[in-house]
Order: sequence, then structure tokens, then C-alpha cells
Amino acid sequence: MSREVRQRFDVLVVGGGPAGVAAAVRAAEAGVRVGVVDDNVNLGGQIWRGGPEHEKETSAAGWISRLRASGATILCGLRIFHQPEAGVLLAEGHDDLHVLSYTKLVLATGARERFLPFPGWTLPNVTGVGGLQAMVKSGLPIRGKRVVIAGTGPLLLAVAAYLREHGAEIPIICEQASWSSLARFGVALFGQPGKIAQGLQLKRQLAGIKFSANSWPLAVHGKAAVEAVVIFRRGQTEAIACDYLACGFHLVPNIELPLLLGCQIQRGYVRVDDYQRTTVQEILCAGEPTGIGGVELSLAEGQIAGLVASGQMTEAKKLFGARNRARYFARSLDRAFRLRSELRRLPSPDTIVCRCEDIRYSRLSRHTSWRSAKLHTRCGMGPCQGRVCGTSTEFLFKWNPDSVRPPILPVRVESLAAMSSELDLECSGVSGGHK
Amino acid sequence: MTAASYDVVVVGAGIVGVACADQFARRGMRVAIVDRDMVGAGATAAGMGHIVVMDDSEPQFSLTRYSQTLWQGLRLELPDDVEYEQCGTIWIAADDEEMAEVWRKREYYNKRGVPTEVLDAQTLQRLEPNLRPMAGGLLVPEDAVLYPPCAARFLSERAQAHGAKFLLGDSVAQIGQGRVHLSHGLQLAAEVIVNAAGAYAPDLTPGLEIRKRKGHLVITDRYPGFIRHQLVELGYLKSAHSVTSDSVAFNVQPRRTGQVLIGSSRQQGAEHREVDNEILVRMLKRAQEYIPDLMQMSALRTWTGFRAATPDKLPLIGPWPADKSLFLAAGHEGLGITTSLGTARLLADHITGAKPEIPIEPYLPSRAAKVEVHA
Repeated sequence: MSREVRQRFDVLVVGGGPAGVAAAVRAAEAGVRVGVVDDNVNLGGQIWRGGPEHEKETSAAGWISRLRASGATILCGLRIFHQPEAGVLLAEGHDDLHVLSYTKLVLATGARERFLPFPGWTLPNVTGVGGLQAMVKSGLPIRGKRVVIAGTGPLLLAVAAYLREHGAEIPIICEQASWSSLARFGVALFGQPGKIAQGLQLKRQLAGIKFSANSWPLAVHGKAAVEAVVIFRRGQTEAIACDYLACGFHLVPNIELPLLLGCQIQRGYVRVDDYQRTTVQEILCAGEPTGIGGVELSLAEGQIAGLVASGQMTEAKKLFGARNRARYFARSLDRAFRLRSELRRLPSPDTIVCRCEDIRYSRLSRHTSWRSAKLHTRCGMGPCQGRVCGTSTEFLFKWNPDSVRPPILPVRVESLAAMSSELDLECSGVSGGHK
Repeated sequence: MTAASYDVVVVGAGIVGVACADQFARRGMRVAIVDRDMVGAGATAAGMGHIVVMDDSEPQFSLTRYSQTLWQGLRLELPDDVEYEQCGTIWIAADDEEMAEVWRKREYYNKRGVPTEVLDAQTLQRLEPNLRPMAGGLLVPEDAVLYPPCAARFLSERAQAHGAKFLLGDSVAQIGQGRVHLSHGLQLAAEVIVNAAGAYAPDLTPGLEIRKRKGHLVITDRYPGFIRHQLVELGYLKSAHSVTSDSVAFNVQPRRTGQVLIGSSRQQGAEHREVDNEILVRMLKRAQEYIPDLMQMSALRTWTGFRAATPDKLPLIGPWPADKSLFLAAGHEGLGITTSLGTARLLADHITGAKPEIPIEPYLPSRAAKVEVHA
């Protein structure tokens, strides 16, 4: 049996991205006992994570060094999979099991990219947009490679700028949203000085890159890996040779843990009040799970959650204004990059939708619910537990996600067998005599 | 408004209900089947899918063996996704005392024409190298496994092809006196109503002695060849048939995908669906005693389900004495996947007056004296 580690915190923060780090900093600086858990071995979340080179950037370095100085316990590389009883979470480490008790819990579980299936999307070198950035950060040579970027959302531009800075050639960025919707988004940005500056900066970095709205990938061609991508643009199809297709259709919140803990979900996001409190007592939520909004909103929500969790209500209130402005931006973002219904027709009958179980579109399209599809085809029943295909089928077929059961991610059987936190149960030996 | 009229209305589209609908429809009757959920959404979705011959009692043996031969007869028709694999069961004997039980079981099966093979410690080790060394076991090679949701879907499609009408997504409020009342107001008239609602059958037929018996399962990632047979501890019988206490038993199954399904547990009186940590832990530790390396496998999911348990451990098949339009096909406990086909045949034979291949008497609901009280 693996080693068991027990720790108790006044405030336990799940997620080491901007929201989680900000929550932990504000709580720990008030002197309470704080723990931050992240499944990755590095802090930073999807957005800040990277090599040491990356931590110099933006506000990331500031926040992370503040966290390191705050006295909070940083628990990286732990995967939370279950709450065996109220106030206790179980997490699996590389070779141990952690029993984490809390008085207040801040969920800052972040978001993941949404993938949509289309012919060829499972070929090597078709990656997520954020996924490719992460691969480059961890050493993938990208200099001189041709990378087509497609999908939707501001991440396309940010990653295009990043990849180009690292020597990639970006023949085109295909944004599925329409010009008019983007224009409305642009309009909504007035009143957001920070965002405009950011936009202008990106604009300089992106100068000369072809950007096409109303445009999306139709198919990928290649034998062993991507050789070309066929895109729809200006009402026509066009083949573009490339080495990589980085594709992402905006973000979906990670709400598996909030669901397991019984937090109410409203329109796909965790419901919180002004103080970032969920519908479950002692549990707060901040960042992308309450609504996709990016770093600034996450920092504001995270700080509020950390302050509230450590009893600093007045301080928290001071940040409501900043949080609400960032939230306004987030809502306009969601509207601008809403997925167009044409994308539902991207897969062909034999396009694989569930990569874990090799389930093709034609087998799914006859089902009327996610549960029915899961039971009869095993779609979403593999190691990713539907995190990839569940989010695409939610869009493709308008299916509602299923309930969540422990473990919320695959764990060793021995970790499940240690779930009973109070008792070290001996098997009572129903047949007896065989020991 | 005149109610839509059928010869038979089956209540419950689990594997037992769809097997019944299929049998009636194939015999030319006008059949409807109603369920509040989709096909195979209850115990059918939760169960292991072990097609197994059991010898706890003579009637249990007859029904499981009869049903197994029906599955074998259907084998070539089963679509690929039903994943029917005749992998056999090995009943594991942990010590000499249990080895004696192996020999008793072999006698019993051989007398009744079920092939078996006694395995000594070395042979067992060779067949299942990941098992901790054991005294031996009994291989029952004709036992099989399948994937129950797709088996139920296959039977439902066959029923539909023979004209059975599926009314899904609407719950049943009341049944009896030739009428089935759906919650949304629809009424169906039927000569024969079959209550095949599994653990929920007593909700519609008060007085029915069926209790929920909760079970847990865990499924792992893919480890092809890790185990090759359904492996069950011989103590399973004692555990499965303790009607009073909660119990766990070593019972693991190889799926065609290479995944391992880990069971089993039995809890009385548990009504909530949530995973019960304590019993799950006991179940896994039990499995660890037999296969230590299971502990290092990656577990993908856990789930629970409710078996429909009767006091004498036999299903209720046949007329309900209190209402001449009402028939039962319920109370199959952990054997519903296996015995669905036999149940459907017996019931259809009984209703159409055909000669059954095994006697229906041991399963008749009238066997329970208590039933008469409600007449």
C-alpha cells in the first residue's frame, strides 16, 4: 500500500492558475493556513505555466513569487479524485495518497480547450492551440515550421503571436466568428483600456499574418501526420500546406470537482454570489469555472475568494468593481465567439469523435442522449472520461452532460481502496479460512 | 378517449422486459413496452454481464442452464458490440476446504451435463498467472460474458422488428385490471400486463416481496490478457446469499477491450445511488487478496446498481394471483442478464399455453403464501 499523507488547512485552494494563486496569496497573507493543490508539477495553470523563461512575463512572476513568500503550502502534482466526507479531499500523488482536510475550499479548477471533430483531426500534429503553445514551452522545436491556427477565441491570436516570436511561420489564422460579431466584440472593448493596449500590442506582433473571420477547418490531409489543411474561407474551400494545425474552439470550464461536491451549475458554469461563494457552504469558486473570462477576471475573482475564505469581507468588497468590469468583458467575449451551427456538420460519418474508445460519428448520431451514447457505444468511457468528446458532443448533439462519480479522474485502484479516511478497514473475510 | 389496446404491455425495458417483449412479438402478439428511461438503463446497465450457470438450488440451476443454452443458440446473431465471449468461469478455491467444494460442484454439474474441469494449483497458476497462488479451482468453460446494454438493445431491436411498440421516457403511474396508466395521462389497455420493473416492481404491484440489493463495480483501463476468465471466489455463494448482512466477494471479469471489471458487493436496504466508500474499500481489498497487482491498475470509473432480490433467491415468473391481467417477470437478483432469455420463454409459453422446456412452477409468484393475502 502506498504512503498516506494527511494535512489540514484553513483554506485549501484547488488549482494553481491565476485564480488559485491569487486566492492563495490573499488568504495566506492574512496569516491563515493555506494549501494550494495542482495536478501539474508546476504552478501557473494553462495560461501561466511554462519554463522559467515564461515566469518572467506579465504578472505571472509577481503573483507566483508573492505566493512563495506567503507561507502557503504548495502541493503540485496531486490529482484530487474524491471527497470521502465533507471537508476532506483525497488526492493521488506520484506514489502516495494525500488526505487534505479544509475549513474553506476555493475551487479554481480552470478550463480546457474545446476540440471539435472533423475529418483528419486525429492525425499527428493536429494539436490544441494552447496545447501547441505548451509543447513549444516545454521544448518542441517550432522554428521554421508552418502552423495553421484555427478555431475561435482570443487564444488564437495570443498563441499565433507566441509561435511567431519563436520562429514559426503562420500562413493564416482562421476564426470561425463573423466579422460583425468580432466588430461587436471590438466595440465592447471600449471602456477596457487594459484590453485595448493588449490588443494593440498583439496587433503589432501579428502584423502581416493573414487573419480570416468566417473561416474554419474542413479536413486535414496527410499520411503519417498533417501535410495540409483544407479550410473554408470567403465561401470557398482552400488547401494550405502546413506542418501543424493548432485548433481550439474556445474554452470549457472544468466543473467535474464542483459537480462532485454538489455545487449548483447554471448554464454550464458554477453558480456563485458576489463573494464568489457557491451554493455549498464553505466552498467558493473563482476563475474560468464561473464563466470564461481570462486572466484579469480570474485574478479578481481569485483574490475575492481568497479574501472571503479568510474572513476579509471588507477587503473583498473593494475588488467587486474591478471584477465586475472584467466580467462584462468576459460576457461580450462569450457572445462574440459563440460557435456557429455550421460547425456541427464538420464531422463525416466515419470521423472519430471519441479517441479513447475509437467511436465514430455515425455510431453516435443515432442516440438521443449522452447517457444513451455512453452506454451503447462506450463513447466517453475511456481514460479521459469524456473530457474531450463530452464537450464536443455537447455542442454537436446538444446533449447534457452526465452526473459525476468518484473518481473524477483515473486513479490507481489502491488509491480507491484507501478512500475510507477514518477506518483502516480490514476485510471481514466472507468466506473465511483462506488467508 | 379510447385507450390504445394491446395483447401485452410490458412495464420495464431492462433486459428482462425487452426479452419478454421480443418473445411475445415473435409469437404474433401486439406488444407495447413502456419505460420511464431508455432501454437497459437500470440494473441492466449496472450489471457485469456474466452468463453463468449457478447451483444454489435446483430451480436456480435449471433456469440458468436453460438460459445459457438460449444465449448459445443466439450467439451467431449477436452483433459485435454485444461482445459475447465464451471465456468460461473459474471458481477459485483458496484452500483445501474450498477444494472439497470444487469436487462437490463438479459432481453436481457433471450429473446435469454441464462440462467442467477441475484445476489443480499449477494449472490454475498457468491459466491465470496474476492470481496469487491458490489451492485450485473449477473451470466451467461454457460460461460467458457479454456487454448488457448492447444485448438489451439487440433484443429491443428484434422486438421492434416484430412489431413491438416502444414507449420510452414516460413513467408508469399504475397497472392492473387490464390497464396501464402512464404518468402523463396516456392509458393503455392490455389483455396481459407484465411487470418487469426489476427492483422497482413493488412500486407498481404492492405486496410484492422484492427488495433492492445494492452493488458496486469498478472498471480499469485496458490491460489485455491480464486475466482470461471470469474469476469468482467459491465463497461467493455464501456472500451472495446472505440475506441479512452486507458482504463483498472476489468476482472479476475480463472485458473484450482488455479492461477488468472488479466486483462484487451486496448491501441490503441501501436506497441511495452514491458510491459507498466503506463497502467499495472492502470489495477492493477482497480483490487484492486474490490478485495483488490489481492495486497498481488505473481505475477509470466506479458505479452502483440495484439488484431485485426475493426472499427465496428465485425470480418471480408467471401470473400474479390478485389480478388476472397481471403477470410478473421480476426479482432476478444478480442473474437477470443470464436468465432474461429463459424467463421470457417460460412466461410466453405459459401465457400462450405452449409446453415449456423446463417447469415454471418453482418461479410462480403464487409460491409465496403471503401473496394470497393480497388477493
